[in-house]
Amino acid sequence: MTKIKSFEELKETINQQIKLRNENDKTVLTVSAGTCGRARGSLKVIESLNKIIKEKKLEGKIQVKNTGCHGFCEAEPNIIIHPQNIFYQHVQPEDAESIITETALNNKIIDKLLYSDPVTGQTMPKESDISFYAKQERIVMGDNALIDPTDINDYFAIRGYNSLGTVLKSMNPEDVIETIIASGIRGRGGAGFPTGLKWKFARNAKGDIKYIICNADEGDPGAYMDRSLMEGNPHRVLEGMIIGAYAIGATEGYIYVRMEYPLALKNITIALEQARKLGLLGDAILGSEFNFDIHVFKGAGSFVSGEETSLMASIEGRRAQPRQRPPFPAQSGLWGKPTNINNVETWGNIPIIIEKGSDWFAGIGTESSKGTKIFSLVGKINNTGLVEVPMGITLREIIYDIGGGIPGDKEFKAVQTGGPSGGCIPEEKLDLPVDYESLSEAGSIMGSGGMIVMDEDTCMVDVARYFLQFTKEESCGKCVPCRIGTRQMVEILNRITRGEGKENDIKKLEELAKTIKSGSLCGLGQTSPNPVLTTLRYFRKEYEDHIYNKSCKALVCKDLICYYIEPDKCVGCLLCKKSCPVDAIIGKRKEVHVIDHKLCIKCGACFDVCPPKVRAVSKYTGEKKEKILKKTSAGSVDTGRVDK
Amino acid sequence: MQKILAEFENSQKELIHVLHCVQAKFGYIPPEAISEISRHLKITESEIYGILTFYAAFSLEPRGKHRVTVCMGTACHVRGGPKVLEEFERRLGIEAGHTTRDKQFTLETVACLGCCAIGPVVVVDDDYHAEATIRKVEPILEKYKKEKKNDQD
Repeated sequence: MTKIKSFEELKETINQQIKLRNENDKTVLTVSAGTCGRARGSLKVIESLNKIIKEKKLEGKIQVKNTGCHGFCEAEPNIIIHPQNIFYQHVQPEDAESIITETALNNKIIDKLLYSDPVTGQTMPKESDISFYAKQERIVMGDNALIDPTDINDYFAIRGYNSLGTVLKSMNPEDVIETIIASGIRGRGGAGFPTGLKWKFARNAKGDIKYIICNADEGDPGAYMDRSLMEGNPHRVLEGMIIGAYAIGATEGYIYVRMEYPLALKNITIALEQARKLGLLGDAILGSEFNFDIHVFKGAGSFVSGEETSLMASIEGRRAQPRQRPPFPAQSGLWGKPTNINNVETWGNIPIIIEKGSDWFAGIGTESSKGTKIFSLVGKINNTGLVEVPMGITLREIIYDIGGGIPGDKEFKAVQTGGPSGGCIPEEKLDLPVDYESLSEAGSIMGSGGMIVMDEDTCMVDVARYFLQFTKEESCGKCVPCRIGTRQMVEILNRITRGEGKENDIKKLEELAKTIKSGSLCGLGQTSPNPVLTTLRYFRKEYEDHIYNKSCKALVCKDLICYYIEPDKCVGCLLCKKSCPVDAIIGKRKEVHVIDHKLCIKCGACFDVCPPKVRAVSKYTGEKKEKILKKTSAGSVDTGRVDK
Repeated sequence: MQKILAEFENSQKELIHVLHCVQAKFGYIPPEAISEISRHLKITESEIYGILTFYAAFSLEPRGKHRVTVCMGTACHVRGGPKVLEEFERRLGIEAGHTTRDKQFTLETVACLGCCAIGPVVVVDDDYHAEATIRKVEPILEKYKKEKKNDQD
């Protein structure tokens, strides 16, 4: 690789790669191989495909491309066959031969590998037909499926680094900032501050050295779009950062990647080396007077380091604890120098805004929230995956049209957005348009884009307890209300889920929430009570049920439920007995099995193994549970039949 | 140790990088290492101790041969992650955050691995196990126990 020394040379490289791509008459099989794809075996699929191509000497006709995540996680490992655009899901290594001989060579579609709609049951051969993609606008994520993230030439072939060239050749830093302001883009990391303004503050701040930072410490449980972008299209993030550095006047940059993302770390590091070798980073970038380089910083496992002042403390080699703002990072950031910090997805949008213009970008979305947002749609949903949608779409469209609704015949209960700082939104609010303002009016936040769907089997008190447990663990300890307040809230919530809730527990939770919100320095503390407050707002009855009736309607809270084998349904197959880790099930083959409640640890193994056709194991709570326990302890365990 | 330190400047900003290297090399941060880091980076041992115990990545005790990490993310939680963790705790006879007496397994939890679509997720060493259930716990452990036997053969 030789350095690209001018804008003209860059243009030539890009055109050459586009030409090569257009002239490629091979059939290209792109296999999704992000972390999730790999966990489901995509690397083995790639291995088998390559082996067969080699055996049959088809190297000149078929090419396998190892790409990042395509976003449709439910279908992993999946393959898209170009140019036909055929989409295969749940591909196994043994499918490789038929994919090559039937589809790649003879255009014959293999029905069993096609996606079938969870609602209509209809199979769909093309990616573009699948309802999951229909309402999406994949301007940031879409290219993941086209490129090998470890090959910079693939990025050039989709006009990569063209925006950087445009900026360095024909725009001064102020023009760039004005373009970003005009686009209306707001930070994708959670708070939603206008990106262009932030840049302007950093540009105007006085200082000999300025820094820019990419916040890739994506800590919100349930959100993984930043990982996917770094794994699948790392150069786009780098290009955004280089443009930002030019606009602000920064000479050094950091990407702070959480350690839990090894593949993202690897791909970003590879991309950095390639960009450096080609002169897209370093001194005199593209022959201009602009010098800039980026370091990768591997996080060390702390949630609060996603908060900007904590993140900078961590880069400085200290504990990731937040500090008072102002001064804001734009005035005094890393080592006291003016610093601009943006999230991965925000950086990923920058090259697109430059390429297509601020008017085009501002034409997508709502009045106050422009562009698209990537959400990770997970939990109890049919089409799990990363979805990129225009702002202003409703939650209902995301969950039902894109997500395909709730699996099985279960009912929707809530959708949790915004991670531990967010809240649970109920059915009646599903027609809310998704933008920064509406979500906060509903008591939640946009956050980094996690969207966890919950069905009737999810206990809202347990969910609130889960999040508070999380923030309790991750509180850095600096502010007393956060450190001790979250602990107190967890203790109360634990008590409630154990069936030991007291009369004024709800009131106490609300008081603590108020104190923590007003008495904490950073976002972690200020927002930590949100999961409790929103569940109290929309699902108060569940709390009251736990406290007064000792009942968990979702049948989740262990201390409030019991397992019971229905004598009229049990076929005596011994499956549950064998799976019980504590030998709490009594019964012989073809005889009704009975649970000894004194021994039962409520692990649910029996419930899980009982065949769906039989469904003899049930869960009970409240009065029914008490009735069962009373009868079984009164009679002999062997004959513990209960007439409910 | 000296070899590791030679690659870093005498500055606090290197601390987390140094700790990552020491943790990777020894599997934990030995007390002697803290003294050497302190001399090299010119920060007090107590400060290093304060910082390394703040981050989940570093441990003051040796970890087991295999690291079992159970994801506690929200999506894994609603799909039954806690039950999977309990089963690991029961089978290994230890609580999360501890190492078995034979030093074969260390059981840990992680806030979220970002593989929410395939949860509950369990990572053993570098292998990701998707859609874990309590029934899969024993086979997962057996796989690594077997590797141990094969190593000895």
